Amino acid sequence: MAEKLTLNLKELSKRTEGLASGHRACAGCPFPAIIKMILGAADDPVVVANATGCMEVVTTIFPYTAWPVPWIHNAFENAAATISGVESAYKALLRKGKIPGNKKIKFIAFGGDGGTYDIGLQSLSGAIERGHNFLYVLYDNEGYMNTGIQRSSATPFAAHTTTSPAGKVIPGKTQHRKDLTEIVAAHNLPYAAQASPSHWNDLIRKVRKALSVEGPTFISIISPCVPGWGYPEHMSIELAKLAVETKFWPLYEVENGYYKINYKPRNPLPVIEFLKPQARFKHILNRPDLIEEIQRFVDERWERLLWLEQRKPEENK
Amino acid sequence: MSFKKVLTGNHAVSYGAMLSKVEVISAYPITPQTQVVELLSELVADGYLNAIFVTVESEHSAMSACIGASAAGARAFTATSAQGLALMHEMLHWAAGARLPIVMANINRAMAPPWSIWTEQNDSLSQRDTGWMQIYVESNQEVLDNIILSYKIAEQVYLPVMVVLDAFVLSHTSEPVEIYDQEKVDEFLPPYNPQYKIEPGNPIGYGALAAPDTYFEFRYKIQRAMENALDLFEKEGKLFGEIFGREYGLVEEYMMDDADYILVTTSTITSTAKVAIKKLRERGEKVGILKLRVVRPFPFEKLRHVLSGRKKVGVIDRNISFGHHGIFYQEIKSALYPMENRPPVFGYITGLGGRDVKVEDIIDIYEDLKKRETVEDIIWKGVKL
Repeated sequence: MAEKLTLNLKELSKRTEGLASGHRACAGCPFPAIIKMILGAADDPVVVANATGCMEVVTTIFPYTAWPVPWIHNAFENAAATISGVESAYKALLRKGKIPGNKKIKFIAFGGDGGTYDIGLQSLSGAIERGHNFLYVLYDNEGYMNTGIQRSSATPFAAHTTTSPAGKVIPGKTQHRKDLTEIVAAHNLPYAAQASPSHWNDLIRKVRKALSVEGPTFISIISPCVPGWGYPEHMSIELAKLAVETKFWPLYEVENGYYKINYKPRNPLPVIEFLKPQARFKHILNRPDLIEEIQRFVDERWERLLWLEQRKPEENK
Repeated sequence: MSFKKVLTGNHAVSYGAMLSKVEVISAYPITPQTQVVELLSELVADGYLNAIFVTVESEHSAMSACIGASAAGARAFTATSAQGLALMHEMLHWAAGARLPIVMANINRAMAPPWSIWTEQNDSLSQRDTGWMQIYVESNQEVLDNIILSYKIAEQVYLPVMVVLDAFVLSHTSEPVEIYDQEKVDEFLPPYNPQYKIEPGNPIGYGALAAPDTYFEFRYKIQRAMENALDLFEKEGKLFGEIFGREYGLVEEYMMDDADYILVTTSTITSTAKVAIKKLRERGEKVGILKLRVVRPFPFEKLRHVLSGRKKVGVIDRNISFGHHGIFYQEIKSALYPMENRPPVFGYITGLGGRDVKVEDIIDIYEDLKKRETVEDIIWKGVKL
């Protein structure tokens, strides 16, 4: 168990160097900050597996690596399978006394939404079901951004991408996003959560919580994308915050099957406030019917969370 | 003490992995490989093998987990067949490219459609160019021995090895197999201790992006490692013989000394051919068998040496490269091409989809080879037309 779950900014600043400078992430991309928070949140040595994607490709251009920790990339659809092999190797070597028994190691897999919601869903499901001791971090930028902005099953309704273009007949993506956190929670794993880099203290607490638990854990983090969403570079954290304040991206956790919403906006903003600054939604700003449909979906998902949250563990009743 | 046990080819794979003290097994069941993973599960469950068995949800994940485990410094093992091997394809390139000495048994099975579970070599030969070494074996003892031998060679050149055996003819057929004393195996095969591994505190990266200014050299080094492995197969195969009494080389020569005619075979067709050749020898025919064992790296020099001065060579392929010829036929031809007085080479395709290849079939092939005047690239044997 971690000493305490929260860290203040001063403590955090001392804990990690994060990614080394010189990586090729776009200006304004929030995931270097997300990585820094996650690595900083860990008390024990960390080993990382990374699915193919922006994060992988911009941080490890041979012969350099921006990662201050051991790191393995093994294709797109299999970060969870790969980390399960790494974790099993350490278990086997520990049992044989080939590595010291007092050494605690944390295994973290990073994947984007394409590598997690879509092509990597099977391998993630398998690894969680087998109960490997690892944290899977999904950084969700709501599309295949590394290949140049294509729709994924995480892309929101009506969003323009290069494969769900805002056309004259079809106004962007015709389906709502899949609820991956719910799918993961259905595996009855010890801990799953949603977080946002705008709420860094909540994010760090969740990472520390996840790393303190034995078994598979999962955190889905919204990661706004400057070129993919179409907004000025300085607005990434602002957009992540708007996603939370509009209830588009609820901050919640599922611990041993019990739901808890960690932040309930006192005066929630309408979803249009989140959509408005983004070029991917500009074609629907004069389509109140489509904006209404997004609002309806957001409200429905929120209501469902409130309902799920009503079931409390025995001791809290 | 070593002892003999009656084992199927599949169980010989499992015992080979046990004697090699594999540390992580990651596998998915598929006919006709399933008994391999069943017995390994039992060996782990009963404590005979101190390993972690990762019961993955697909072959793609099986190889992915082997890659993670091997990169983390564990000796990793898996086994599969046909459709499963094809699903692994992307990760086969990855294991070789990442220079991880993983060993895998592949049970040769015909690819679908039509659906088939019987033996044919197109599954493994479709993976020929992934950077895996490949050994084709003939008996259950050779299966067990070559799992151990494979780790010894793989861990020196940092390339993975596929040990390939025929579906049912070997996988489900029982033969007496010597199971060696563990101490002797340990003497031959030291623990896996790679030069580089993912270990906490050492921030190395596996699987980075290499631009055109660096990628090329990685490929060159794989080829050099393959070339170095050729000598190792001879050297370690000889050492294996000194310790365990069974020596292995790149190829196996059978009654070749004075032979004018050579049949080139692989896998269990070799055993059938040996019976045929004995009968032909009784009739005074000067014929021998060259069994190809190690197919990657390809033993060019060895083949030129042993086939030089022969009257004719007939290559028997239980595989086909559609639009081309039998695959081993192509390869033997390419090996002999630089020779000044190369023997003519004839290509026989037989036994696809597990159709039985009998002693009489081999005798027919020999008789056909002897009388044929002009080279034919594909001579079909046993196809119903």
